[in-house]
Amino acid sequence: MKRSALISGAAVALATIACLYLLQRLLVPKYQTGIVEGSMVEEYYRETTDHEVLCIGDCEVYENFSTVTLWEEYGITSYIRGSAQQLAWQSYYLLEDALRYETPKVVVYNVLALKYNEPQSEAYNRMSLDGMRWSSSKVKGILASMTEEEHFIEYVFPLLRYHSRWDGLASDDVEHLFTKDLVTHSGYYMRVDTKAQTGFPPPAPLADYALGENAMSYLQKMTDLCREKGIDLVLIKAPTEYPHWYGQWDEQIASFAEENSLPYINYIPLREEIGLDMRVDTYDGGLHLNTRGAEKMARYFGAYLKENYDLTDYRNEEGYASVWAEKTAFYNQMKQRQYDELEQYGRLVSFGSNAIQ
Amino acid sequence: MLFTSYGFVAFASALLAAYYLVPRRWQWPLLLAASYGFYALADWRYLFFLLVTTVSAYLMAVRLEDIAGEQKRYLQTHPALTREEKRACKAGFKARKWRWLLACLLLNMGILAVTKYTNFVIHNVNALLHGAAHLQTVDILVPMGISFYTFQTMGYVIDVYRGKQAAERNLFRLALFVSFFPQMVQGPISRYGDLSRTLYCGHPFDGKAVTFGLTRVLWGYFKKVVIADRIITGVTSLIQHTDAYTGAYVFVAMLFYAFELYCDFTGGIDITIGLAEAMGIRVAENFHLPYFSKNIKEYWNRWHITMGTWFTDYIFYPVSVCRPMLKLSKWSREHLGQAMGKRVPVYLSCFVVWLTTGVWHGAAWNFIMWGLMNFAVIMASQELEPLYSRFHARFPVRGKAPYEAFQIIRTFLLMSCVRMFDCYRDVPLTFRMVGTMFTRFRFSVFTDGSLLKIGLSGADYAVLLAGFAVVLGVSLFQARYGSVRQALYARPRAVSYGAMALLLVAILIFGAYGVGYDSTQFIYNQF
Amino acid sequence: MDRLLQILEDIHPEVDFETCGALVDDKILDSLDIIAIISEVSAEFDVAIPAEEIVPENFNSAQALYALIERLEDE
Repeated sequence: MKRSALISGAAVALATIACLYLLQRLLVPKYQTGIVEGSMVEEYYRETTDHEVLCIGDCEVYENFSTVTLWEEYGITSYIRGSAQQLAWQSYYLLEDALRYETPKVVVYNVLALKYNEPQSEAYNRMSLDGMRWSSSKVKGILASMTEEEHFIEYVFPLLRYHSRWDGLASDDVEHLFTKDLVTHSGYYMRVDTKAQTGFPPPAPLADYALGENAMSYLQKMTDLCREKGIDLVLIKAPTEYPHWYGQWDEQIASFAEENSLPYINYIPLREEIGLDMRVDTYDGGLHLNTRGAEKMARYFGAYLKENYDLTDYRNEEGYASVWAEKTAFYNQMKQRQYDELEQYGRLVSFGSNAIQ
Repeated sequence: MLFTSYGFVAFASALLAAYYLVPRRWQWPLLLAASYGFYALADWRYLFFLLVTTVSAYLMAVRLEDIAGEQKRYLQTHPALTREEKRACKAGFKARKWRWLLACLLLNMGILAVTKYTNFVIHNVNALLHGAAHLQTVDILVPMGISFYTFQTMGYVIDVYRGKQAAERNLFRLALFVSFFPQMVQGPISRYGDLSRTLYCGHPFDGKAVTFGLTRVLWGYFKKVVIADRIITGVTSLIQHTDAYTGAYVFVAMLFYAFELYCDFTGGIDITIGLAEAMGIRVAENFHLPYFSKNIKEYWNRWHITMGTWFTDYIFYPVSVCRPMLKLSKWSREHLGQAMGKRVPVYLSCFVVWLTTGVWHGAAWNFIMWGLMNFAVIMASQELEPLYSRFHARFPVRGKAPYEAFQIIRTFLLMSCVRMFDCYRDVPLTFRMVGTMFTRFRFSVFTDGSLLKIGLSGADYAVLLAGFAVVLGVSLFQARYGSVRQALYARPRAVSYGAMALLLVAILIFGAYGVGYDSTQFIYNQF
Repeated sequence: MDRLLQILEDIHPEVDFETCGALVDDKILDSLDIIAIISEVSAEFDVAIPAEEIVPENFNSAQALYALIERLEDE
């Protein structure tokens, strides 16, 4: 009797765990259509070859540099470990995490997110952190990022966070229960449509222009980590103007770069030199570049990297070339699909945040 | 720490595991430590209040018992006393005991009154003064569960005073009785004689008790998290927008609130009793299918039972049989006639009980009015008794199913209506809103989709409806066949475990908890 | 005893108080009834039943109640 009770107990427990596991897989957002940004962090682990250039930061990196162009033009192997509203500490822990798998020669960090000194939004936290594999970096990343309404256990068991999605499940949730499609190109988020920049509201004066201590401390940690690993860190500010990048902020970053002997390039004043025309090179009125703009940006930035760092041209190395040939094919294929949709509907219908699953 | 927080679940799980790992004689000290820890986690300053109550009750109870012992010895050593002398001696001892009891009651009820009611008094004084003077309200720490543990502890002291209960001579054991954490937040109000039977003895691990206890805990969570915490969105919006939601909406709010309160309160009590049960401890039942009551008196025997019996034993009876009341009774019989004379003491005692019950529920006129409405309804039904008898003599419907259903529905609606005082901001508003149910009732509210605009979606209604069906089904089963868990336990073990698993999954998926609940789905704003 | 039975029957004419032994436990008498009984008894027998004597054991049967009255009269 006692034994049979034990056996049925164990059987029911196992069945329950299996059931909860499947439910969790089902209910967690798949980020395959529409808001695909949630897939980015996770996609990194699918890379089979290493990268000499690793970019970290928010949308100002993952929407503004075409990694495939960097490859095609210069043979640079790169990956953008970006995510939506990636905060400074998240960038640091994502970098720490990536360095478990490889040691790039150059790490590029976009400084916009330094304006945030505290945790911001639960939704963006989840998109930057859920995709990380479990490691001390992930744990620390979560602890540094949680807003007041969040609980650590909800990251351990995402079911606790997403359980109420049962009434909003879509075909993607079933289709991608176990497998996911690639949504980025080495971390680059492609958009080929165009919506000209027409102007932004004038920047509001701030009470305090000092970048937060907490955020800056993570920039320091990134700097130290790169130095320790023999990696060159490059600080950039993407050429897009909104959210506004205040002159006072720029000065603080410039002096930080100087103190730590890092290069810092603000691309906003360099737009003409890059060849960016914000009437045609942006897809959302100047917030982010479209593919045409991102390719221009990559050409310009690649030349800078090539000139200043000892990067290998991998185009003739079989192992890399075949991997990147695949990436290039996927890139071109998606580009074609997007152009086709534009032609057919006048707008993108299966890409972007308005896409219907 | 709310029952529905991750913290509580972790705390209770860790405690339960530790409870069966430590040697049995360390089980109750572990519970004491856990209870004080639980309290300190909420706010360490609460411990001070807890200690005052515990120590004063301990000392007084011991003192009361010592005096009783003295009296006994005195009477034994003086066997030659006349009856009059004996009476005088007893009266003397009784007066001494009474003084000690009174001191203890005043101290503890005083703390309760000051922490809970100071601001209520200040508000009313200000209202009376009409701005002639203005008293500042004060920021007082109200210890968690103070109403519950104060009443529970005073019940113990009174029992010792009455000689019904031996005084507890171990301070730590009494401290556990006062602070036993599962019943800290919303009761039940236990009696010492009752709880102490299982609280202190060692409990070996008993699979059945643990299974039963945890099943009950899960059932409690189901009611609380899946139903109460979901429907509360609708209730809140209905009772806050009093301009828009009148008439039929008030009726809906009334039904929803009845459902919410039932699921919240009985759910919480199930968690308490189930958790105790899993540790081998029997806590008194607090509900017995109250919504199946056929009249108000029965309802109050089945809803919040431990509070009702507390008020009966420690307020209603003493007030009814105290000397002034007996004198009043005699006077009214002589001057108002037999019929009226009989009623006066009963009515007066009832009035006092319901007034204090109202005050105990909260520092607001709404609660006082709620108590008095209960009093009015009970008295009305008492007075209408002859009328009922005549009706039943002519139409023999008593005991027939349709009539019983009518009685149940009538009682339910009446009590739900009285309960509206919990909901609306103040007393006049409550009367006005309830009034609109009769003057502005539009049936179209139920059919034109209006109910989808009160913060509950179609999916919410689906869950609530299913939850209602489950709760009703279980209640009907209990009314008819008794314990559901016993019935499950009689089947192969996989059935009762399966039921637990099903409850767990239902809670995790359909519970209204966590960040995701406020339908704050991902909103992508251009980053 | 007869006087007591008379009091009880006035309150609940339908109950057979001579045989019933679980008046409180079976919820035949509720708290209002008990108070009514105490009030009648104190008028009829000139004893005051104190609150601590209001326990089920003393009110479950007419015999028990009568024994209580006798005991209180004796003290």
